[in-house]
Amino acid sequence: MTSTPTRAGDPPGPGANDAPVPADPAGPGRAGRAGRVARYVAGRLTTALASLAAVVVAGFFLFRILPGDPVRAMTEGREVTAEQREELRRQFGLDQPLWQQFLDYAAGLLRFDLGTSFQYREPVAELILNRLGPTVLLAGTGTVVAALLGLFLGARAGWRPGGRGDRVNTAVALFLWSVPTFWLGLLLIVFLASGRGFVPGLFPTGGMVAPGADGALETALSTARHMVLPVATMVAVIYAQYLMIMRSSLMDEKGADYLTTARAKGLRDTLVRRRHAVPNALLPTVTLVFLNLGQVVSGVILVETVFSWPGLGQLFYSGLRVPDLGLVQGLFVVFAASVILMNLLADLVYPLLDPRVRP
Amino acid sequence: MTSLLDVRDLCVTYRTGGGDVPAVRGVDLALDPGGTLGLAGESGSGKSTVALALLRLLPGTAGVTGEVLLEGENVLDMRWGRLRAVRWAGASIVFQGAMHSLNPVRRIGDQIAEPMAVHGTVPAGEVPARVTALLEQVGLPDSRYRDYPHQLSGGQRQRVMIAMALACEPRLVIADEATTALDVMIQAQILTLLKRLVAEHGIGMLMISHDLSVLSSTCDRVAIMYAGRIVEQGPAREVVHEPAHPYADALSAAFPRIGDPASRLAPRGLPGDPPDPADRSPGCVFRPRCAVAETVCATVDPPLWPVDPDAEGASTRQAACVHVGPARPLTAAPTEEKRP
Amino acid sequence: MSAPAGTPGTPEAGDRTDRAEGAAPATPRALARRRRREALRRFAREYARNRAGLFGLAALLAIGALALTAPLLVDQADLTITGAPGAAYQPPSVEYPLGTDNFGRSILDLVIWGSRVSLTVGFLATAVSVVLGTLVGMTAGHFGASGGAAGRIVSSALMRVTDWFLVLPTLVLAVALAAVLPRGTGTIIIAIGLTVWPATARLVRAQTLAVEARPYVERARALGGGHAHVMAWHVLPNVMPVVLAQTTLLVATSIIAESTLAFLGVGDPTVVSWGGVLEAARNAGAISSGIWWYMVPPGLAIALVALSFTLCGRALESVINPRLRG
Repeated sequence: MTSTPTRAGDPPGPGANDAPVPADPAGPGRAGRAGRVARYVAGRLTTALASLAAVVVAGFFLFRILPGDPVRAMTEGREVTAEQREELRRQFGLDQPLWQQFLDYAAGLLRFDLGTSFQYREPVAELILNRLGPTVLLAGTGTVVAALLGLFLGARAGWRPGGRGDRVNTAVALFLWSVPTFWLGLLLIVFLASGRGFVPGLFPTGGMVAPGADGALETALSTARHMVLPVATMVAVIYAQYLMIMRSSLMDEKGADYLTTARAKGLRDTLVRRRHAVPNALLPTVTLVFLNLGQVVSGVILVETVFSWPGLGQLFYSGLRVPDLGLVQGLFVVFAASVILMNLLADLVYPLLDPRVRP
Repeated sequence: MTSLLDVRDLCVTYRTGGGDVPAVRGVDLALDPGGTLGLAGESGSGKSTVALALLRLLPGTAGVTGEVLLEGENVLDMRWGRLRAVRWAGASIVFQGAMHSLNPVRRIGDQIAEPMAVHGTVPAGEVPARVTALLEQVGLPDSRYRDYPHQLSGGQRQRVMIAMALACEPRLVIADEATTALDVMIQAQILTLLKRLVAEHGIGMLMISHDLSVLSSTCDRVAIMYAGRIVEQGPAREVVHEPAHPYADALSAAFPRIGDPASRLAPRGLPGDPPDPADRSPGCVFRPRCAVAETVCATVDPPLWPVDPDAEGASTRQAACVHVGPARPLTAAPTEEKRP
Repeated sequence: MSAPAGTPGTPEAGDRTDRAEGAAPATPRALARRRRREALRRFAREYARNRAGLFGLAALLAIGALALTAPLLVDQADLTITGAPGAAYQPPSVEYPLGTDNFGRSILDLVIWGSRVSLTVGFLATAVSVVLGTLVGMTAGHFGASGGAAGRIVSSALMRVTDWFLVLPTLVLAVALAAVLPRGTGTIIIAIGLTVWPATARLVRAQTLAVEARPYVERARALGGGHAHVMAWHVLPNVMPVVLAQTTLLVATSIIAESTLAFLGVGDPTVVSWGGVLEAARNAGAISSGIWWYMVPPGLAIALVALSFTLCGRALESVINPRLRG
């Protein structure tokens, strides 16, 4: 599924530039181009579908088989009669044989039926759809800001490794990387939102919109104010990785011959970096950025939990506390599937960025 | 007449963790406008370092001294702005191994156009037409404009490099191993092309290669480098056919025949390894591999000396060997011999 | 042989006797030992040049000593809710340098005691993931390089699985595992170990492929060395340095993961851990009331340990792979 051109995870060495020279020196002809594109897309789709299937199986295995008796796991420490357990069991179809359960579950997934939440007494799919918007808003804003910041600073740091800018940037990034996400959020709340201590409560401690907000403009402004701390937390944690990836990628490109050519052409140093080195260094970076989307999901769960942001992450947390395994299972499948789909997107977009791997 | 290029006592020293390593040790070169000069030598002899030093393209760890006069102006003293203006517009380079010298993710047309935009030599509106003309000059169809380097063969990429080098109509082109990675047929084509374009535009060319046969067929004059120094220079025909320095002799006898790796791996009459640049023992550096070395060679490092001082235009042919020229180095020898 | 081999006086012979009389190091084993000692010394010298790495190492040694001696420093009875010595939410004072929590327990005691769980889980989870990752990565690399058609299928299947785990949101998987398995420290170790191994597997596979391409491995194979022999004698020793650096970095990841799981409430509720203290702080409403001394020290402790491991890992990496040195 991630057999992207630069095998992500392998150190992106200088070999990343050794694109295979096409056997036909005249370059690929137009004929058969559409066929090759179709084959490439079909190949990526197949691997993505296989990964999704694996997620479905994993979801079943994790939540139906591993716990032994899911009902006992859910009702642990509660006063529940044997009849109530039986009732729950029937309700969740746990009295059926395992293979029947799996088929029901898989068929349900195809209809986007993720089962019923034990805690909310509502279909899981509906709960997820209702909470999707806030999560996309938060995760999207955080990722975009973090990527821009990380790539910008990483390119500067990698161009002069060992320089003062590099040392400061790397130190800050390493420190932020070592700090647990949720703790950073807690810190921001205590010092910037709680209103106790040196700073007045500049930002709300949680939520998405102030209760009294009225009208579109007021809602938007209130949302923006509520977003500041959660987004800052997400950015602080994610940008460091982008910075380090971009830095090492650029350091790999630094010795490339085409940079000497660019310098010989009389380009300024900044132009050499921006026009020649960065576009090449970006390619392995893009793959790794998409591979790290799983960490964005992890980040958003924690940030939503800390800031009581009414999104999927908070839903996940509330499911964990009960524990509401049906809800957690549905969210597991949705989180995993969305990451796989984003990776598929990356695979499909990558050839547009790198002419060497165009089918 | 000012020469196009006048290199005086060029020295390049790489600062490494284990001390300073001299790569180029006092090289003098001269090239008239429109002339062609070949610079030959085995790998590690410092010839590519010379090429990069001419436009100050060496990394920060290299210390460069001496003078590089490009049309009378010393490149090594230039301010950054002036240096950028001279790069490519005054002197351009056809780099070795065009695969890595072209940016893999930019279209070749844009890469050829880039120096014109940077130096403003061509009005923006006319740049595409000029690129097309350049591609045509090097024998590539206009349709290649939008191709990427990996879509071209090695020879085609080298043609692109040449088109790019001519983009700003420089007075000097430095061809650094421009044909090395190509097979023999393509090599001949590229050489012919380069020779023709340089002659047509009256451009001076410094051609660097380890292959003496390439240089002798392309250049008026040839200089031979060994261990960071010029050991012989003069008219190409004479240097190749009647070499005066033992190293030049070995090199011209050992013409690598392309396609026959054996001749390359075992050059006739030249045993031993290239010298370690960090080694600073006295005497002639070629001595350990020299078939005609004598005792004096262990102490005397001879300067370049006219090969035949009585001949007409004698100063044009020089070699650095105790066997060449008058008795001067030999008479100096006994006093030096006592030193160890 | 017509030449009088071994005649004293010929340079080669003299050379040979010299070496033989060079005594002790003549046996291959002693030679190897000496070479290893020299390599180790060189390694230490290189490492000592990295100031950040030295700082990390010193911090780790100090924290490790603290965790080991915690039972001497902290009275375990003080850590129970009923045996809490102080009043609730006392700000830092001479008696309680880091203040007290909502039950009146000393935060300093909690932080010192918490280091035990964090370090234990960090090391054991890393061990699980390193063993798993090395096994998968070496198998995939070895059989991909020299296992024939069947080997290539096994290898690519393993890499598919690795990729799948690599893409999956680590936290979601770890939380799910921790939620469905019985509560306990063992569960946390398994949950983390099973989710962070893919990066190691990828790294090991790349390194294995590089090693297998070396001529002496080819020679070992040509001499009839089996898969197990080649992997154990040639690949593993060459892969270990890279794994070592990766391991150090993984400990940092695992410690952060442990605190995160505890914070989300799926940790072991019976032990004191840094993440658990932070969860308690949040549940007690200390965060929105601005009781900073309840939450700053445990978080700083996590950050310090994670940062130290990261610095050590980077220092090791730069010693092993000089290209990374800026």
